[in-house]
Amino acid sequence: MGKKKEKKKINEKVDVEAVEIEDDTWWWLTHKGIGATFLCISVFALLVRVAVSLHPYSGAGSPPKFGDYEAQRHWMEITLNLPVLEWYRNSTSNDLSYWGLDYPPLTAYQSYFHGLFLRFFDPDSVSLFTSRGYETYVGKLLMRWTVLSSDTLIFFPAIFYFAFVYHSSCHSSRKNDCAWHIAMLLLNPCLILIDHGHFQYNCISLGLTVAAIAAILSQRELLASCLFTLALSHKQMSVYYAPAFFSHLLGKCLRRKNPIHGVAKLGLTVLGTFTVVWWPYLHSTDALLGVLSRLAPFERGIYEDYVANFWCTSSVIIKWKRLFSVHSLKFISLTATVLTCLPSMVQQVMAPSSRGFLYGLLNSSFAFYLFSFQVHEKSILLPLLPASLLALEERRPFKWLMFYGLFSMFPLLCRDKLVLPYFALHALFMLLYLAPCGHGARPRNARPNNTKFDYFDSFKTFMNGFIYLSSLILHIVYLTMHPPEKFPYLFEAIIMLICFYQFAVFAFYTNVKQWSLLDHSTTDEEKKLI
Amino acid sequence: MESSSSTRQLLWFFAIAVCVKLLLIPAYHSTDFEVHRHWLALTHSLPLSNWYADETSPWTLDYPPFFACFERFLSIFAHYIDPQIVDLHNGLNYRANSAIYFLRISVILSDLWLLYGVYRLTKNADVKRRYLIWVLIVWSPALVMVDHLHFQYNGFLLGWLLLSISFLQEGKDLMGGFLFAVLLCFKHLFAVAAPVYFVYLLRHYCWKGLVRGFSRLSVLGAVVVAVFAAAYGPFLYHGQIQQVFNRMFPFGRGLCHAYWAPNFWVFYIILDKVFSFFLKKFGFSIQIPAASFTGGLVGDSSPFAVLPKVIACNRLKQYLKKKKKTQWTWCKFLTT
Repeated sequence: MGKKKEKKKINEKVDVEAVEIEDDTWWWLTHKGIGATFLCISVFALLVRVAVSLHPYSGAGSPPKFGDYEAQRHWMEITLNLPVLEWYRNSTSNDLSYWGLDYPPLTAYQSYFHGLFLRFFDPDSVSLFTSRGYETYVGKLLMRWTVLSSDTLIFFPAIFYFAFVYHSSCHSSRKNDCAWHIAMLLLNPCLILIDHGHFQYNCISLGLTVAAIAAILSQRELLASCLFTLALSHKQMSVYYAPAFFSHLLGKCLRRKNPIHGVAKLGLTVLGTFTVVWWPYLHSTDALLGVLSRLAPFERGIYEDYVANFWCTSSVIIKWKRLFSVHSLKFISLTATVLTCLPSMVQQVMAPSSRGFLYGLLNSSFAFYLFSFQVHEKSILLPLLPASLLALEERRPFKWLMFYGLFSMFPLLCRDKLVLPYFALHALFMLLYLAPCGHGARPRNARPNNTKFDYFDSFKTFMNGFIYLSSLILHIVYLTMHPPEKFPYLFEAIIMLICFYQFAVFAFYTNVKQWSLLDHSTTDEEKKLI
Repeated sequence: MESSSSTRQLLWFFAIAVCVKLLLIPAYHSTDFEVHRHWLALTHSLPLSNWYADETSPWTLDYPPFFACFERFLSIFAHYIDPQIVDLHNGLNYRANSAIYFLRISVILSDLWLLYGVYRLTKNADVKRRYLIWVLIVWSPALVMVDHLHFQYNGFLLGWLLLSISFLQEGKDLMGGFLFAVLLCFKHLFAVAAPVYFVYLLRHYCWKGLVRGFSRLSVLGAVVVAVFAAAYGPFLYHGQIQQVFNRMFPFGRGLCHAYWAPNFWVFYIILDKVFSFFLKKFGFSIQIPAASFTGGLVGDSSPFAVLPKVIACNRLKQYLKKKKKTQWTWCKFLTT
């Protein structure tokens, strides 16, 4: 009896020592609490962003159209020099065929404020007409600073809010895990490369979305609706998350004493926020329709370039564009998207939970990415966000998703001459994922010995390993070799096929995971909500 | 088991720093970039006898011979990657991607020597202190800014210093002294640490009684002399020692560099400027030299308008001509 007690004490001591050694690695980062940890990591994340800003942007030095950088600069020029109602209208001073505004009004307002900033330091960069194709060192510096400031003011606080809420509710969270999670969120290589390399403002809409998610996790639903509406008004791509928000909030309302009251409150908040943001365009249907038609350019076709979604991948065999008209393709893709979203929506309406909500976000954004109309390679950022939020629970799938998400953007980044930041950020991410004594480096839990599963497991491992090796080789092949003349886009097509396969498998897995949450729903949750 | 995991962790810290350094490749670099590129070309294209005599570029070689040999070693790879980098005349101000990538990556790789020094130094430290030292050295922002932005090879040189200190820590004083002598032949700036080393080695290694102590002192002296002979021997043979010293100690540049270091002489300069300002206001005609502290090249400059010029070398040259001494003299005049 005495020996058993001694053994237990020794084991406990060893456990405490093991934890102490682990905590020793990062004690200097985590011992002052989550605020200090976040500050430290966010300063490093800012350094990495600034370093990436040194590299070229999309369309650098390539007239006449240039790229996204010129588009954003042009929007600053238009919003600064023209009245609000002219922004979305085709006119002599606003030629919509040269990078016309195709995001909702909040982007336009943001461009206006950034335009003010640019005009203060360098008026030539935003002067009407004459500043087209303006590319100078000071201009680039100012533009990069607009993205850096948006990131710091919107995305970083949103992530802090989320981390604070997520880790205070999760009692078993260790300090190291919290720090690791914050690093995974802030050092997302795809987001940094697109926002600070290629040049976009995804940090604003994604930041508003993360804040909305954090508000939902901390039971502040009206705030969440308001924030998500703002995100929708910034980039229409945020609609990828709308089914999850809708189903979760509906599910929660239905569990209350007075569901109609809850729904009405949320509806009014959403409508109110929309009204405030879209106010200048609400006076006539023409103005409103004018804006809406710019947001959904159906005439561009169901896919463009090589994006790893269902339509583009299957077009290798089924030539969708030839078989169907744009109108029927619209309908087909809408149906497919809704059908793929349905399981996760139903699960949330039936059993809303914080965990289920995060999975719901992942599933609905994947459904849209895989089946929606006119999806861009950059849209992989949208599923990647909830995947990072769930990084602690889906450790390995998250790593693979990030790898293939980056890989799917590789051709785009090569065109932008961002190859060096691609590899550097990719390596940085993998290193941080495998940080010593961090969550990612922890060994896998031992599986019980079962011969039936062994074959499946080893087959899975072999397939994953083979695809991973092929992807690595493809990186080198894409950079060094020329494709055959008959198939000039052969490499892009292969990359797209590999990534689509991985995304489809991942989406299937997370849908199954979310659906299985239905079995674990407890009555305690119901008691909490009333 | 523990040491291999700690090696892996140290490599992890280094790998993170490498990722950030790679991102900084297209960043600003100062004229020091052209300086080092020119030294690659110089050591590659010219024989040893011309290294300290060549005037093709204003960026003349002003580091001791071992550093020149290090540049020679790097130039082998540079020639293989892009011969124009090491072309003496066509490579002047060469800014192609190959040159930038080669030089930046050479600094990143030479930081491995710093890593080895840090590893050796912290092998036996306790866990918390070890991680703190790793973070402070491997992730040092000052080193990143000077080495990977401004462009220098201080990481490599500090590696030698840390290696030497690690041997001293283990009690292997002779090895520590030897490595410090080698370091001095890489960059003579580290001679500022020489007094400390001298006193420490004298007390710790040589203070062992009359016979034993004296024999140890002779061994130490012989080792140091051997190192210096290996470095400066070839130039003594070519009769260029005077030229080498002139290049290494360019007192003609003046008391202070273009960008003032925050040392005592700053007060002297400020006092001089304040005096000249007020004396001019009171009607005295003071010759204020234009742009006096913005040089950086070897040349003659007399920057002080009011206060007397601070000369180091003139009197000492005469002193040196009269008496031939070893490094003890160099220490003395550096502290004058």
